[in-house]
Amino acid sequence: MARMATTKQVAVSTAAAWLFGFLIFFPILWMVLASFKTELEAFAIPPSFLFFHWTTENYATVQERSDYLHHALNSIIIAGGSTLIALLIAVPAAWSMAFSPTKRTKDILLWMLSTKMMPPVGVLVPIYLIFKTFGLLDSRIGLVFILCLGNLPIVIWMLFTYFKEIPRDILEAARMDGATIGRELVYVLTPMAIPGLASTLLLNLILAWNEAFWTLNLSTSNAAPLTTFIASYSSPEGLFWAKLSAASTLAIAPILVLGWFSQKQLVRGLTFGAVK
Amino acid sequence: MGQITLQGVQKSFGPVHIIKGADLDIADGSFVVFVGPSGCGKTTLLRLIAGLEDVSGGKILIDGKNVVDTPPAKRGLSMVFQSYALYPHMSVRGNIGFGLKMAGLAKDEINRKVEAAAATLNLTPYLDRKPRELSGGQRQRVAIGRAIVREPKAFLFDEPLSNLDAALRVQMRIEVTRLQKQLGTTAIYVTHDQVEAMTMADKIVVLNGGKIEQYGSPLELYERPANLFVAGFIGSPKMNFVTGEHALQRGAATIGVRPEHLKIERDGAGGWQGTISVAEHLGSDTFLYVDAGPLGMLTARYIGELSLHAGDRVSLVPDPARIHRFDERGNALQG
Repeated sequence: MARMATTKQVAVSTAAAWLFGFLIFFPILWMVLASFKTELEAFAIPPSFLFFHWTTENYATVQERSDYLHHALNSIIIAGGSTLIALLIAVPAAWSMAFSPTKRTKDILLWMLSTKMMPPVGVLVPIYLIFKTFGLLDSRIGLVFILCLGNLPIVIWMLFTYFKEIPRDILEAARMDGATIGRELVYVLTPMAIPGLASTLLLNLILAWNEAFWTLNLSTSNAAPLTTFIASYSSPEGLFWAKLSAASTLAIAPILVLGWFSQKQLVRGLTFGAVK
Repeated sequence: MGQITLQGVQKSFGPVHIIKGADLDIADGSFVVFVGPSGCGKTTLLRLIAGLEDVSGGKILIDGKNVVDTPPAKRGLSMVFQSYALYPHMSVRGNIGFGLKMAGLAKDEINRKVEAAAATLNLTPYLDRKPRELSGGQRQRVAIGRAIVREPKAFLFDEPLSNLDAALRVQMRIEVTRLQKQLGTTAIYVTHDQVEAMTMADKIVVLNGGKIEQYGSPLELYERPANLFVAGFIGSPKMNFVTGEHALQRGAATIGVRPEHLKIERDGAGGWQGTISVAEHLGSDTFLYVDAGPLGMLTARYIGELSLHAGDRVSLVPDPARIHRFDERGNALQG
């Protein structure tokens, strides 16, 4: 029997949801507001919420001091590049594990996941030395490489779960219909896997965009993405809240917009397979 | 043409032998049903013929040509899957025409053939719908349409009706049979439902434990089962088996009598005595489940209504001409 919610219950839960949503969103809102304040107002106590002197001077200073576009371009190249390469490796890997599993498939999957349990700092020194030896420090290619490897286990896992959901019968029907492996991939599998591929791509983009450990440790200026750009505003001479906020707002804006437009896809992707 | 011959076909998955050497001759244009309990290897045998599994030994000949190394699409067969296996992102038109598209036919020709197939199956109004917008029966017809449009040498059906409700299943059973006769294409049909097997088949293959127990027309199987397994599997309700003294009297280890070949007498002194434990009154038939003491439970069928009830004593007299005799190994004895 379906439970009928009363109007009152609906009102209470809606209010609770809004409150909870607001709490989660508040730090971001506060950051955006702070980015339009002067440095003095930014750490004034009591803080002013909306009624302060709105200014865009922080943005001008930030752009002047450090080249936003340069870092944004690095972020796009690093996040985009690592995601694309990860997908290129993960699609065939997940495909073969989902459709022709062996006795060891489960072990391999778990082993891949186990690499994510290791704290990255544990391998910082060896990785740093490798990067130094091969001249990859502060290079985009080096960061693409390390982020791609870092996210690969998750990408393979996600794709594996999506591919698993595709009924084998349909692929066999395509084979009976005379589709070669290539055409089976193009006409049957890919169209069916698009939601899964899209949400994997999105999630990985976001993870790579926000990744701060390796990017901070392995880049300084040339290859530095937006994470390094933000970090450069927490300087030894003290915190400049307003400028830091402006830098952060600039850094998260692209991914926020992307996330906003792909909400539906992302939610569907994250809950895919959970409910039949 | 669609003559299919199996010669010593074997299949094992690791150490497990699924098919232990199958020999079979399927004539062109005939409707052959593979029937047997779950796990008997009927679906595996069908998939071997389709080419979706590789044989571990033996030959599969289609029109005299060994096809064991030929990929599925090149064997000229088409298959209808239990789950329908429609392409969810394509319209009905796309689904039916996919095989033709893969074969590289011109667009006009694909459209013409798809529309002809759709008309045969009453699918014309649904050509531009997606599979999710169709009912179970319509999806099933699309799956059949996809199979017929390619004009294959043979159709392979893998329990195609098991996802439908009972009424629709009977209707589709008739439709499939009629369509096959009309097209005259060889068909191999896998089912665990012996009623489907009896009603649809020209010939039935009874499989058990990876072996072909008997191959023959439905009535041959009913009247002359080769062994205890076939005798017990074909016919509903099941054949009654009696061992011991009554069997020995007739020179057999086991004798079998079908429920419809037991004459029911209310107060008779002869035959097998027993007490009714359950009586089922269907109007058209009456089924009696009789506890016959040392003989065990016997089932008797009476055509029409018989007012007997649980607890009544009856005597069951087997029709002497309809007694099946089996030796100790379970094989039928002649005469």
